[in-house]
Amino acid sequence: MRLADIITFSSQVLLRQRFRTLVLWVAIAIGVVAVNLLTALGEGAKSYVLSEFNLLGRHTLIVLPGKKETKGGMPPFTGESPRALTLKDAQAVSRLSGVKSVAPLVVGQIEVSYAGKLREAMVMGSSQSFFALRHLELAQGRGLPERDLFKAEAVCVIGQTLRKELFASRPALGEWVRLGDSRFRVIGVLKEAGTSFGFDMDEVIIIPVVSAQTLFNVEGLFRLFVDVRFFQQLNQVKQEITDLLKERHENEEDVTVISQDAMLNSVQKILDTLTYAVMGIASISMLVAGVLIMNMMIITVSQRREEIGLLKAMGATTLLVRNLFLYEAALIAVMAGLSGWLLSHIVLFLANSYFDDIQFHSPWWAQLASILLAVGLAMLFAWLPAKQAASLAPLDALQNRQGR
Amino acid sequence: MWLLRMIELRNIAKRFQVGEQTVAALDDISLRIDDGEYLAIMGPSGSGKSTLMNILGLLDRASSGDYLLDGINVAELNEVQRTRLRSEKIGFVFQSYHLISRLTARENIELPMMLAGIPVKLRNKKLDEVLEKLDLQDRAGHSPNQLSGGQRQRVAIGRAIIMKPSILLADEPTGNLDSKSGQAVTGLLESLNAEGITLIVVTHDQAMGARSRRQLHMFDGRVKQQEIT
Repeated sequence: MRLADIITFSSQVLLRQRFRTLVLWVAIAIGVVAVNLLTALGEGAKSYVLSEFNLLGRHTLIVLPGKKETKGGMPPFTGESPRALTLKDAQAVSRLSGVKSVAPLVVGQIEVSYAGKLREAMVMGSSQSFFALRHLELAQGRGLPERDLFKAEAVCVIGQTLRKELFASRPALGEWVRLGDSRFRVIGVLKEAGTSFGFDMDEVIIIPVVSAQTLFNVEGLFRLFVDVRFFQQLNQVKQEITDLLKERHENEEDVTVISQDAMLNSVQKILDTLTYAVMGIASISMLVAGVLIMNMMIITVSQRREEIGLLKAMGATTLLVRNLFLYEAALIAVMAGLSGWLLSHIVLFLANSYFDDIQFHSPWWAQLASILLAVGLAMLFAWLPAKQAASLAPLDALQNRQGR
Repeated sequence: MWLLRMIELRNIAKRFQVGEQTVAALDDISLRIDDGEYLAIMGPSGSGKSTLMNILGLLDRASSGDYLLDGINVAELNEVQRTRLRSEKIGFVFQSYHLISRLTARENIELPMMLAGIPVKLRNKKLDEVLEKLDLQDRAGHSPNQLSGGQRQRVAIGRAIIMKPSILLADEPTGNLDSKSGQAVTGLLESLNAEGITLIVVTHDQAMGARSRRQLHMFDGRVKQQEIT
């Protein structure tokens, strides 16, 4: 049989038995869509978790007071240390050549009040470079003054939720709020930022670090964020900081310097679990899609046993019959698979434009596997019943008997 | 008149295993059919006439015995060779037509040529000839379910003769037709026989069988009686 005739024959089957084609098409497309959407969902969840841990950026090191083991678990967020990590330490670190900027952090919980309204809020004492480090953007006003680290100033930048709750529709800039017993002037309002690293940035008040130390009556820093100039120097700078602080702390290594990679390593177990979950979701959806395609294919090909017998009686060899059915299955599976692939991308595009926080992307291997699976299964389960029917004596197939 | 022996069966038997028992559908059949003959195979159902036709049509293999078709021992052929021989030499007409419903009358008749890989130009020429001969020109574009029973069987006959086979095997060709269409179909088959094709009809219709020059009466897998009229 000539190739042009095989194509004609297969297209006639697909075009003239539209209902059958439609049903098969839908089954295959649904299979592909299911695999793509489910893996995208899993991948989306995974990358969401990753992005939460990625907020720091690759250039950032975190210095924690106290010596911590970071193997085998999350790094502790609070720690006790015999010797505090001080602002002077921060200043010394900032003078290292590989360091671009440092941002000290002191945190505490305090009552904030304005015009009779009162609530608890998280206060973060830091410096101007903290904003760049944590990717905080301002909606109004300006950030903390870029001056001497050691200078206390009664100014603050507040989060969006706090602004709404304290000031409602009134202007916040320039107003004085009370933090504990002190008064601070609002000089900036953060853009809505959501939760990052366990802190709801819409509910914080950021003030100069020294002011926070005074407010909470502490000397030590909770954290010191260090931005390195070049990523390649990260480990080198990390060592320099460790050495420098050891020297400053009477030769005792009592700080922990961690990088984002180290943090990620410590949550690697969670990420691994998520990866396995995504793969599990993908394989289950592929299995379901596969069974769907298999059933449809077996039914539609088995309905044509009579035709197979006829083709054989008319002079078609078993091989030709098998090839005809394979070709036909491949034709519809490729077209239906690609349309399913396209459809899943449209759905993902819509989902991604609807949700801001979480992005859904089906990994390339799942996309490829879904199409290969659809085409492969459609061909396999067209081939099996066609082969069985073609191996019968033609008259048995013609009369739709099971053979003797 | 000296006639060519086109088909020669020697001690053909066909046995099936049914459970523990072996059933002989055909038992020691020896038969010669000459070129251009008109033969009717008759008998009640279960007599083995359909099995005999399957073996004659190379759709089934005998359990033992020799079958020579134009001097070729078909038992020695493989599947592909048998298929080619079937496509070249034998045309089939079935009781229930077995037309492919998604194809038009013309496409159904074209099918054997398509399977044999004949070029489109030659196919169209032969198709026009056959459609004219069967008086189906104005029905060529219709699908089988738009045709009457008689027309469907004519399409099936067209499909059977399009490859110019030397043998036409018809299994109850008028079984599904009213008497008028049945007569027309019988007339068509006989006119093809008159043009030289060997016509073998399987039927239990006495009237149809009686029209043939030679009748084979089968019973329990054996030829019970042969009549030549």
